[in-house]
Amino acid sequence: MENMVNVYFFGKRYQVPADLTIMTAMEYAGYTLKRGCGCRHGFCGACATIYRIKGQNELKTCLACQTQVQEGMYVASIPFFPTDKRTYEINDLKADQRVMMELYPEIYSCIGCNACTNACTQNLNVMQYIAYAQRGELEKCAEESFDCIGCGCCSVRCPAGISHPLVGVLARRLTGKYIAPESEHLTNRVDEINKGAYDELIEQIMQKPITEMQELYNHRDIEK
Amino acid sequence: MFTPDMLESIKKVEATRAERMGVEPRRMTAEEKDSLLKAFHPDYRADGFAEIQIGPNKGQKAPKELTGLLHSNSRLLQDKVDLSKVDYDVDVLVIGGGGAGSSAAIEAHEAGANVMMVTKLRIGDANTMMAEGGIQAADKENDSPVQHYLDAFGGGHFAARPELLRRLVMEAPDAIRWLNELGVMFDKDEDGRMVTTHGGGTSRKRMHACKDYSGAEIMRTLRDEVLNRKIPVVEFTSAVELIKDEKGQVAGAVLLNMETDDYLVARAKTVIIATGGAGRLHYQNFPTSNHYGATADGLVLGYRAGAPLLYQDTIQYHPTGVAYPSQIFGALVTEKVRSLGAMLINKDGEAFMHPLETRDVSAASIIRECSERGKGVDTPLGSGVWLDTPMIEMIGGEGTIEKRIPAMLRMYLNYGIDMRKQPILIYPTLHYQNGGLEIGGEGFTKTIPNLLVAGEAVGGIHGRNRLMGNSLLDIIVFGRNAGKAAAAKAKDVELGTMNLDHIYSYAEELKAAGIETEEVSPLLLPKYARHER
Repeated sequence: MENMVNVYFFGKRYQVPADLTIMTAMEYAGYTLKRGCGCRHGFCGACATIYRIKGQNELKTCLACQTQVQEGMYVASIPFFPTDKRTYEINDLKADQRVMMELYPEIYSCIGCNACTNACTQNLNVMQYIAYAQRGELEKCAEESFDCIGCGCCSVRCPAGISHPLVGVLARRLTGKYIAPESEHLTNRVDEINKGAYDELIEQIMQKPITEMQELYNHRDIEK
Repeated sequence: MFTPDMLESIKKVEATRAERMGVEPRRMTAEEKDSLLKAFHPDYRADGFAEIQIGPNKGQKAPKELTGLLHSNSRLLQDKVDLSKVDYDVDVLVIGGGGAGSSAAIEAHEAGANVMMVTKLRIGDANTMMAEGGIQAADKENDSPVQHYLDAFGGGHFAARPELLRRLVMEAPDAIRWLNELGVMFDKDEDGRMVTTHGGGTSRKRMHACKDYSGAEIMRTLRDEVLNRKIPVVEFTSAVELIKDEKGQVAGAVLLNMETDDYLVARAKTVIIATGGAGRLHYQNFPTSNHYGATADGLVLGYRAGAPLLYQDTIQYHPTGVAYPSQIFGALVTEKVRSLGAMLINKDGEAFMHPLETRDVSAASIIRECSERGKGVDTPLGSGVWLDTPMIEMIGGEGTIEKRIPAMLRMYLNYGIDMRKQPILIYPTLHYQNGGLEIGGEGFTKTIPNLLVAGEAVGGIHGRNRLMGNSLLDIIVFGRNAGKAAAAKAKDVELGTMNLDHIYSYAEELKAAGIETEEVSPLLLPKYARHER
């Protein structure tokens, strides 16, 4: 007999094999998931989940696809959370401190409770990246928030109503577009292609018979 | 948290590590690769395939599970939908909410078209989000689009459609530029030079990355841009059938609200199928690295409407899926782990192959090691070989893993495995659909003049195997192109009367071929729920 544990989905008890994740345990219990299930590998943030172990006070957050079930786990998925995205034309923005003040002023209402960091399913220092955003240190905010998958557990717990993942997205886009240095080799190559520098060469290789292509491929030099 | 047997094997891996450092295993000859593939690649397992009995690809083979869906009927034979009640009326309808669909929607919007997206889950719930390793583009001085063409053409067994591959490599640098200008944070050095590495089968270091969240960084940027532009995105709504008109054009799609089971009608002058792959069909019982919705829906919709498939019989098994622990079985371990120096090692501590052969060759070689040669490490769900990740820290210095592949480190630490100190166990996982709907160089299907396809749903861009980093590239290049082309085409399209005649004639064809079926397709979601009764 498999090692089974008792878990409670939305308060209802099910016995499931102990080696399952919360997500596969729900399916074992008979749920057909529509919401609360996306990539199933920890990259999309669709399966934000809250749980509490029976007899323990602490309320925990996790990704259902990356978390193994435990005995006495009371589980509720968060199928959707109304974060508050501001819209903007990225080309009209400047990478300075005012941009955060104008688009996400609520970050200045942060009371420093650190609930966001404690809730983060990726173990990011969320409060720290919000602090960077407050100070207009966009590049640091971008780096610190880089591994965010947007599950929204931080926002669920925030007393100031901050939509942290969206602040991170804005900081990263501004960093990628305006702060990171330009890649000259990229600009040059795009120019060359646009001027037709490779048109003839690509036509030639497209016309080559397969046997010649095999010869070229099997004997091409490989950069060390 | 390895088992005692695994820990014994790890000792052998550690024992050979020092002598393996700095020694590059030999690459296989063309002949060796050919015979290896024929003997061990799942594409050559005849019992994994079945012949398609009707439609444009009649007589050809496809994976059994896909053939089953093609041999199923439309759910709209039973559920009648009134096409005269139009819920959405647009120039461009994009089916799919991944990287290709989002790129297409942005470019169609940029061109001034009235565009909308529908997706059966959320925008961004897509294989794009999960792509880890990177995106190719020949933008360094020692590289060129021609070299990129040669690598991809050879890696794909000389079967790529030249006009498609040309577009892929020639528009690659501009795709990177476009993403960079949207704000994607590529790994760069302090002078702005892109940090690039090899992928399996590349002859130049042209793999651009955003740590090992490359696809996620691209996808969340594209999603943000779609939302900024206020492009309507109808989520939890799948397309279940294309609608056509009496001129043979596509005229929109019948949509299904996944939560209420209500049908909706979208009329559109052009339709872009950007529905992605098929990993959740679990061909040959493989686990998959794909997202929950990867069920080949677009292939079924397009085929039933009369668009042919190409290379539907070639599937990519990513050589390094998680073999252990079972909670993350089949999850992707990015090829970048090998780009950074980790070798493939069998249970006796031997480096049995060059770590950067193409994916099909690598997968076949690992399968051989675990079957015929008996050199795999037993796991609860099968077997696997080692990926010697501590080598990365030895080659790149302490901290390299955390800096370059943080997602991998995090995934394993969740289960008590520190890949900086111990190797990890891997086995091939169902990863990518090399084939798909056939398109011409401009992105349109060859039989329906205003139907376009982009992304993984396309067949022919890569031939019969795809190189790492060419899929993130193709969704951007062909997504953008499809959006522009659809917006332009929509100006000339005069729609006739909408009908679903093709689903009835398809049912007749099935019957004539002797196929009696109760099954309906597209599948929409895999059937994972366990029911005791």
